[in-house]
Amino acid sequence: MPSFSYQRAKNPAAAVQALSAAASSNSPFTEAESLPLAGGTTLIDLMKLEVMRPRMLVDINPLASQWSAIDMSTDHLRLGAMARMSDVADNVDVQRHYPVIAEALKLAASQQIRNMATLGGNVLQRTRCSYFRADWRCRLLTVVSTCSAWANSCRPWAVSRYPPACRSASEQSRAASRTRKRR
Amino acid sequence: MLDALREHLGLTGSKKGCDHGQCGACTVLIEGRRVLSCLTLALAAEGQDITTIEGLAQNGKLHPMQQAFIDQDAFQCGYCTPGQIMSAVACVTEGHAGNDEDIREYMSGNICRCAAYPNIVAAVKQAAPDIKKG
Repeated sequence: MPSFSYQRAKNPAAAVQALSAAASSNSPFTEAESLPLAGGTTLIDLMKLEVMRPRMLVDINPLASQWSAIDMSTDHLRLGAMARMSDVADNVDVQRHYPVIAEALKLAASQQIRNMATLGGNVLQRTRCSYFRADWRCRLLTVVSTCSAWANSCRPWAVSRYPPACRSASEQSRAASRTRKRR
Repeated sequence: MLDALREHLGLTGSKKGCDHGQCGACTVLIEGRRVLSCLTLALAAEGQDITTIEGLAQNGKLHPMQQAFIDQDAFQCGYCTPGQIMSAVACVTEGHAGNDEDIREYMSGNICRCAAYPNIVAAVKQAAPDIKKG
């Protein structure tokens, strides 16, 4: 686990200020100046793997109460970004009116992880590609010019593309088939 | 937090199985909610109520879930057991121990290589009536 400093956000403005250094830096996202810490179920895992090496963690959990509301109205459901997966899955209104959301959440990970993980962090989760997580011949982590996932078994490939440098096989194959169709 | 508990506080009841949030052996309760201590920073839990396996028994008397694990022979090597028991207590207080299917599903974050699973389910069912729901 890399060394890092830790601070707890006192209020939203202070959190934004502490995190804004990362936005202006030219470092790759894996070496960010500062990153927010919510549930930590992906970030702490990737830090233990030495894949993510932020210099500072800004713990935004003290701010959770402002952003964890689950609000039902007649025509929409509003889920706070810091609502925990388990709280949303167990919410009676979500189960009754949006059962697919409750079921999808319930099927993910484990109850321990669901108790920790926020919806916002879920959406922002890093690519699950094995090459990225193993810190091994990944375009995002080293200066290699090719994506190792492209040439190999498709199971661990990134489902969602992250930064422009990340080329999941699905994207490359779509690009290749577009090229073939144009010809 | 897992390292803080084991290496700095001498509370070695919580176990390090995978250290990456996949096995559940490190499960503890924070403010009564089950979480993975291997993915929790000790500092982030400052000021919060943390319960480890060492904190279940009261005045020398085993917690109903601990007793149930003994009664139902719900462990062999015992390595996953502290995490199983912590998880099981929370499974009951969450209201997720109403039937066998729910117990299996909601205990699925705790892996047992000895495959004591059927007896773990039996232990949860035995202890559930004696544990107040949250």
